[in-house]
Amino acid sequence: MSLALYQPEVSVCFGRQMGINMKRKKQLNNNMNGWLYLLPALLFLGVFMVYPLIDVFVYSFEEGYHSASQTYFGTGLYNYSYVLHDPYFLQALKNTFLLVMITVPLSTVIAIAISVGLNSIRALRDLFQTVYFLPYVTNTLAVGLVFMILFQKTPYSDGFINLMIRFFGGTSVDFIEGPYWAKMFVLCFYTIWVVMPFKILILTSALASVNRDYYKAARVDGTSRWRIFIKITLPMISPMISYLVITGFIGAFKAYSDVVALFGTNLNAAGMNTIVGYVYDMLYGDSGGYPSYASAAAILLFIIVLTITCINLLSSRKHVHY
Amino acid sequence: MKIVLQNLTKKFPGRGRKKREEVVAVKDFTFEIPDGTLVGLLGPSGCGKSTVLNLISGLEQPTEGKIFFGEDDVTDLPAEHRGIGLVFQNYALYPHLNVKQNITFPLENLKGNDKLTKAQMNERAYEAARLVQIEDLMERKPGELSGGQQQRVAIARALVKNPSVLLLDEPLSNLDARLRLQTREEIRRIQRETKITTIFVTHDQEEAMSISDLIIVMKDGVVQQIGRPQDVYDNPANLFVAKFLGTPPINVFHGRLLDGQLCIGEEAVLSVRELQAPSFGDVSSSAGNASGAGNSEVLSDAARQDVYVGIRPEGFIVQEDGPFSCTLKGVEVMGRDISVLSYNNASLNPTVRSIIGAQYHVDAGSGAVRFALNPRKVLLFAKDTETRIK
Repeated sequence: MSLALYQPEVSVCFGRQMGINMKRKKQLNNNMNGWLYLLPALLFLGVFMVYPLIDVFVYSFEEGYHSASQTYFGTGLYNYSYVLHDPYFLQALKNTFLLVMITVPLSTVIAIAISVGLNSIRALRDLFQTVYFLPYVTNTLAVGLVFMILFQKTPYSDGFINLMIRFFGGTSVDFIEGPYWAKMFVLCFYTIWVVMPFKILILTSALASVNRDYYKAARVDGTSRWRIFIKITLPMISPMISYLVITGFIGAFKAYSDVVALFGTNLNAAGMNTIVGYVYDMLYGDSGGYPSYASAAAILLFIIVLTITCINLLSSRKHVHY
Repeated sequence: MKIVLQNLTKKFPGRGRKKREEVVAVKDFTFEIPDGTLVGLLGPSGCGKSTVLNLISGLEQPTEGKIFFGEDDVTDLPAEHRGIGLVFQNYALYPHLNVKQNITFPLENLKGNDKLTKAQMNERAYEAARLVQIEDLMERKPGELSGGQQQRVAIARALVKNPSVLLLDEPLSNLDARLRLQTREEIRRIQRETKITTIFVTHDQEEAMSISDLIIVMKDGVVQQIGRPQDVYDNPANLFVAKFLGTPPINVFHGRLLDGQLCIGEEAVLSVRELQAPSFGDVSSSAGNASGAGNSEVLSDAARQDVYVGIRPEGFIVQEDGPFSCTLKGVEVMGRDISVLSYNNASLNPTVRSIIGAQYHVDAGSGAVRFALNPRKVLLFAKDTETRIK
């Protein structure tokens, strides 16, 4: 009798326990499945991103590391000290900073101006959009060559720009092998020209996605065009501007191929090296074969970019409206 | 301020590669909106009602015709100098500004002698906010507000400049059903308090009927009828207006006039003499082109004429020996009254819906139902022009 009464409860109890066990097993299984799906991506990220990053970090502390023999003398901060005292590195640092500080704000402002202009015209908009986008699909080295020819001055002939300067009564300047400011000017000009299309593309689409009703409402209220731009347009596209500024900073800090396109590979001699150029030279250049110095310089660049990006993100919290 | 629209026409250039026909959004719109009234601009979507609003606001320029505010011709005046407040369908509140900044935004644009101090702006903003009862939301961003609250902010922003005309574009379409009822009363109250001439656009006839002093019914850019809501409902100028107004909609039948009797199918349901001749209120005189003048002569001459018969759902009276018989399809009990669903061969709609008082009893199983008709709720329309005869 009592047995008959108890039995169902036992089975209920058993059933519940099994349920919990099954649930756990299922959860574990689910987790396993999840990791399995992530595995290919994680594998690639680990091998090609995380491992090299850690490796570079390790190299930067190993003095005189030699990649062929896999040997080094000792560990410490010597590599950093060397790089920071290397006049070539300091020159590269100065060049990179100048390039970043000039081109990022300028290119962003010009891109905004052009995009707003493009957005407000009807006729020929498609044509202009294509024209402005052309540099994006053109090869960097080809463009560099064109710039070199435009700005060049040889003992026998002047480039187009110098012809123009002479036409207006100035004296011609060698922008490619001449004074530092002239070379910097060409580099900045070139960089702005190259990064412009992408920015314009992003900004025109951001502008196009702003609801027209805001402008109608502002018009009914008699808002001046400048106030509409400052108070409505800019805040509306601020997430995109912030994105462009952050990626712009990162991109400009990593400048290298543009400089090579303009000034050739011997950048230290031209005094136009950049940090990435310095890293490259330390690895493969004529003075190369120093992976430790290269690693230290790369880590320094990483720290700089990280700091600037953090500052950007912090300041964007205040000024960007999502 | 009264608003006068004179032969207002708006044409848009055609789009597309092959067919570039002009689109006439508004055609020859003539009307005077008296000072301090609430006007509902009503029509199906794409009928040009928003274009009329945009023309009045100055956001669009008319192709032809003139607009007067009071005695002033404002046709060529840009939107910002017309002294209007405009509320958009999606409210168009600036998402990065809080409620107070949104409301003061129009004030900050004022220049010269009209320029206000910060304190004055604040005062005006709070005044407008009090009117729409959002004083305690002033620091919030629009994204943190419900649809109804956003609507109020939009109205406050439109009112803060003390406009002489308030324009609302589909003000209730983004709200849920309960809020819609509440907000439309709210709009009515605000309009009564401020006495601003207000025009609002809607495709919902119930909305327009419930709060407007006047409704303007439009179709394909042409005004169909203008008048007080009840007048338009009782005396529609044509079949379109009759069908557009009223829920449940009017039932339409093929009918025939024969020897002074109105026949639906084979049954003579009413004597034509009992039907009222169309009478349109004086306000609708400008829409006179829509109502066929001299129709009574046509009637008396023709012994036999095919017509459309419109019968309002409330025009049916259940009567055992009623002259009009239908096949009974079902009965819906609403509590206050009963909806009788039936079928008649002559009906244009698959179902004839009639509403009768709950005290009547209809046996759903009987299969047939007979009605007598209230002549006041029976409307006749010409077959060819669809204009009202009786």
